[in-house]
Amino acid sequence: MTSLDLSPAPGAASRARRLRAQTAMELRLTVRNGEQMVVTFVIPLLLLIVGSRSDRFIDSDRPLDVLAPGVLGLAIVSTSFTSLAIATAFERRYGVLKRLGATPLSRSGLLGGKVGAVAILQVAQFAVLGGLAVALGWRPEEPVAGVVWLLVLGLLGTIAFGGLGLLLAGTLRAEATLALANLIYVLLLVGGGLLLPLDRHPEAARGLVTLLPSGALGEGLREAFATGSPGTFVVVVLAVWAVVAAAAAGRWFRWE
Amino acid sequence: MHYGRGDGQVRAVDGLSLQVAPGTVTAILGPNGAGKTTTIETCEGFRRPQSGQVRVLGLDPVGDAEELRPRVGVMLQSGGAWLGVRAGEMLRHMASLYAHPMPVEPLVERLGMTSFARTTYRRLSGGQKQRLSLAMAIVGRPELVFLDEPTAGLDPQSRRATWDLVDELRRHGVTTVLTTHYMDEAQQLSDFVHIIDAGRVIASGTPTELVADGAQNTIRLRTRAGLDTDSLAKELPAGATVAEPEPGHYVLTTGVDPAVLHRLTGWCAAHDVLVDSVLVEHQTLEDRFLELTGRELR
Repeated sequence: MTSLDLSPAPGAASRARRLRAQTAMELRLTVRNGEQMVVTFVIPLLLLIVGSRSDRFIDSDRPLDVLAPGVLGLAIVSTSFTSLAIATAFERRYGVLKRLGATPLSRSGLLGGKVGAVAILQVAQFAVLGGLAVALGWRPEEPVAGVVWLLVLGLLGTIAFGGLGLLLAGTLRAEATLALANLIYVLLLVGGGLLLPLDRHPEAARGLVTLLPSGALGEGLREAFATGSPGTFVVVVLAVWAVVAAAAAGRWFRWE
Repeated sequence: MHYGRGDGQVRAVDGLSLQVAPGTVTAILGPNGAGKTTTIETCEGFRRPQSGQVRVLGLDPVGDAEELRPRVGVMLQSGGAWLGVRAGEMLRHMASLYAHPMPVEPLVERLGMTSFARTTYRRLSGGQKQRLSLAMAIVGRPELVFLDEPTAGLDPQSRRATWDLVDELRRHGVTTVLTTHYMDEAQQLSDFVHIIDAGRVIASGTPTELVADGAQNTIRLRTRAGLDTDSLAKELPAGATVAEPEPGHYVLTTGVDPAVLHRLTGWCAAHDVLVDSVLVEHQTLEDRFLELTGRELR
């Protein structure tokens, strides 16, 4: 039998090391999870390819101008909302949050790891989806301003959708979160102003859609890549959602 | 520690007081629903006591959590790992959160985890999960370890391995608090046992003390039929009883020590009784436990 030194030598790893370890772990687990990869990469990729080859959904001679920003917005929602909510809900159910909360990582480190993993995944999504869109012929009018606004709106959208995702995960049962997070993803994709521009929605619904975080994100990105600015209105809408969702998650999230 | 916990309907733990000495193994023993997990989770800082005071290593488990977390190892009753994580990977991840962790490979070998180190958590058997969970509790080299039912559902070999490890932790100066409802585990493993029931400590002491506190032991004597049981009873300490439920089969209920046995055999010699067999039945912790907590199912 190997001799093992069991004598106490307590101590926490540095905060940076803990955060790095947790972020890397979150990333590995997400990448290994097939369903999450389908939601975050496969579906946006397919929508981009199919949408650019068909004029059924977007009636324009430059469909990618409409489609590509929408797919980037969808990518933001897929990681910060759907994937985050489902993963966190099961972590809560299986006591991972509880167990890691009792290590030097603590709850703030858990949250930090999630933020890090989501951010890295989103950068990868932007690279893959944006790259493919360009390869398919996407030539936005305002590429530089568009990318800057992608990062700004992406940050606000991530806080808003991340807060909503954590709110689901921290209050509902894991199965309910799984079902709702996927359902909301599909609903926002189709009717939330994310993928299809506002003028493709029924007239009566347009007012509501512009007030949704998905509508603000989709419209804002399309505007930014076309004209160089998303307009004040969508920034305000997204910022309000970000503040409200983060506060609600902080207030109601239960760790066990 | 002295605290209460529970709401209007259920007071899971009510005015429970206990202390744990450093470098010892303490078992918290009790029937299901006695408040074992509530007690241990309050010490781990997962629950806030509603009254009273809990101090762990002199610190408040909730208020001083940041200082306590590196020093305290926790084994939950179940769960605590991602379904998709490999056993060895989970352990390495835990190790990376501490400043001076145990080397992972020797720990994996020591706990017999080599064969499933690359298996994902969702495919581990119950016993394998338990072993991983135990490894996760100690990999950060804590000075105090809380183990909530560490051997529940383990096969006998794994149970022994866990006992050996706890024993070795004690020799290295680690303090262990564990809950169990296995009497033999508490008896073999622990320096102190607290038996709790309905949220209160109903008996405390070393396993030997607890058993000695209990009722009389039994001596079974086989020899010829028709002895004078009254005469024999008078020879034994006050309160002893002697019965002959079957001819030639005597049951003596008495406190037992070497002097009592000597008097018993002396009485036999004086009465020309050749003993076929004499069997001393010690009370186990289990007998004592059932005596204290009652035999009804709950």
